[in-house]
Amino acid sequence: MKEQKKSGSDTNRNVGKVRDIVLPGEFIDEKKGRRVGKGAYFEGDKVFAKVLGIPIVRENQISVIPLSGAYIPSINDTIIGIISQVEISGWLVDINSPYIAFLPIADAVDEFVDVARTDISRFYDVGDVIFCKVSKVTKDKTVRVSMRGHGTRKLYGGIIIKITPSKIPRIIGKGGSMINMIKRKTKCVIYTGQNGVIWIRGVDKAKAIKAILTIEKESHTVGLTEKIEKMLSEGD
Amino acid sequence: MVKTDEKLIVDGKRVDGRALNELRKIEMTVDIVDRADGSAQVSFGNTIAVVAAYGPRELYPRFLQEVDTGILRCRYNMAPFAVDERKHPGPSRRSTELSKVIRLSLEPAIFLEDFPKATIDVFIEIVQADGSTRVTGINGASLALALAGVPMRDLVTACSVGKVDGELVIDLNGIEDNNSDADVAFAMLPNKEKITLLQMDGLLTKEELMKLLNMAKETCKEIYKLQTKVLRQKYEVV
Amino acid sequence: MESYALELIEKGKRIDDREFDEFRKIEILPNIIKKAEGSAMVKFGETKVIAGVKMELATPFPDTPDEGMLVVNAEFTPLASPDFEAGPPGEDATELARIVDRGIRESESIELNKLCIESGEKVWGTFIDIHIINHRGNLLDCSALASFVALLHTKIPKLEDNKIVRGEYERALPIVHKPINITVCKVSDKFLLDPTFEEEKILDSRLSICLREDDKICSLQKQGSKEFTLEDVERMIDIAMKKSKEIRKLVEQH
Repeated sequence: MKEQKKSGSDTNRNVGKVRDIVLPGEFIDEKKGRRVGKGAYFEGDKVFAKVLGIPIVRENQISVIPLSGAYIPSINDTIIGIISQVEISGWLVDINSPYIAFLPIADAVDEFVDVARTDISRFYDVGDVIFCKVSKVTKDKTVRVSMRGHGTRKLYGGIIIKITPSKIPRIIGKGGSMINMIKRKTKCVIYTGQNGVIWIRGVDKAKAIKAILTIEKESHTVGLTEKIEKMLSEGD
Repeated sequence: MVKTDEKLIVDGKRVDGRALNELRKIEMTVDIVDRADGSAQVSFGNTIAVVAAYGPRELYPRFLQEVDTGILRCRYNMAPFAVDERKHPGPSRRSTELSKVIRLSLEPAIFLEDFPKATIDVFIEIVQADGSTRVTGINGASLALALAGVPMRDLVTACSVGKVDGELVIDLNGIEDNNSDADVAFAMLPNKEKITLLQMDGLLTKEELMKLLNMAKETCKEIYKLQTKVLRQKYEVV
Repeated sequence: MESYALELIEKGKRIDDREFDEFRKIEILPNIIKKAEGSAMVKFGETKVIAGVKMELATPFPDTPDEGMLVVNAEFTPLASPDFEAGPPGEDATELARIVDRGIRESESIELNKLCIESGEKVWGTFIDIHIINHRGNLLDCSALASFVALLHTKIPKLEDNKIVRGEYERALPIVHKPINITVCKVSDKFLLDPTFEEEKILDSRLSICLREDDKICSLQKQGSKEFTLEDVERMIDIAMKKSKEIRKLVEQH
């Protein structure tokens, strides 16, 4: 933990401290039978970092949370996508990734649809925002999404911002503590996708965005929750 | 082509006052191109390279896509105003070869298999050239790739070494480069001590070459320290 | 075919039963192009390359007013391989030409200062053009050898009233050093020479080494997308040194 010069009257001495970061190729720990998770790789019994990020060394797993990087989809991810093209039996969805996703009609519409006669853009059209689930990812990264499942829906109105995907957990916080605080203080409805896409609708969007971008920038520091709380409380 | 008949090393001191095994002043700055996924500016003395990395991102045209692996594309370019006599803009045979050689120096470090069908694009612009431009670019590319979150086995660190006026030296500047007995471009994976770039032209005995390679290895270790420092520094200041 | 080649190599054998440091059958045919001032076709098994040398009048560079010019160009002609496309040289052809150029230039094999006609105004330009006729692997070593043999047989044409008289010659191109290019390939922990087209696809990396007759190294170029160690480099140079002597002897017999 590195101390950093701070000015002013911060009572919490942990605020502003940064976590140790690790660089690609740096040694993290001996494998010792543990699982090597995302962001790390092993050679023999040594585990090294694959990305620039924060190492997480636990009893059963070693991994690294990247501080940047594109979204590479995994099955069961919940994400926010934007319909980019209407096809015959489904839609192409921009999921903020080098890979485009396909939403098949069977996973999007409950009623029977005669694709030969129906213009399916009446269900989802180009530009529509959807909160959906990744239902399949093949080895060569062909991606399918689905509107089946808990919580999936079309998102109306609102605006979209994109942040580094690996920082979404920080935006959510432990048990949702961070995101709930932001929602409460800004009176906004906010959806976060594991693909780094965030959808916001409500009164004080600007405040919410500022908070979110601050978390993104300082995600590697400790005591962020207090700082954000303070930021959101200004003008209360 | 600035050839000179004058002695380049007098009393163990080089034209710019350096000792034989002394590096030029090195500066590294990150986040120069804010819309790139990762970027850096690296300078060795008067040689300045600006590097940007984009990706992984979609690769078009589709026929370039590889089903089971991502690819790396690299473009090395020298600005017309970077050298004494204006260099014609656009690719030259030299920049074509260097683009290939630089790409092959970075590829071994990247986990390309993690992003099939996609591409990582690295652009190196030499805005001022005073010798050892390709290795300066590689050092910057390494930073840009790490900042972009590209999965890598290691950073890549590069330097030049050579024989000038019969002496073995490190980090050749422009005039030394053009008048050397031999010059070597070298890059390696610093934590693995594996060579990813090796080019040499001139005349060297095998013994001289092996000596130079060891000097290059040690020099890269010093440069690597600077690379890690600048990457950590970005996240130290809040 | 490629995975079979790899399997064999790991067991210590090659598809065509060659030793790891053995070249395919080398054929050297000098002076095959009558219109060129120098030429040669070299074959390594089925790989065939023609190098032609044309001597032309040129203006010297300002900082070397008394030195002749050397230009090397390579064409990966589409007929030579289904992978070659028509058009200007791509990165591989460009790289090959530049490596061959460096070998000849850095070894100082051509006495460029004996090619001056009028200091600062006119010099002889040695233009080497490499044409790949059939690509079955190891284009670089084959092209470098073809270029060198062509140079050895190049004659400088007569000059009358500042015009070149083709077909009449005044002297041989002054060659004083004999550079030979050997590319040593690494496949897992083994080193091999003169890879076939299939073997090239499964190589980990290569080091192209140009050696002079006094064992001085005049150029090095690492190729391929995997890395190697300093120890590997030393081994590869030793292998190349031994082989370059054999090949140089072969050239001297032609």
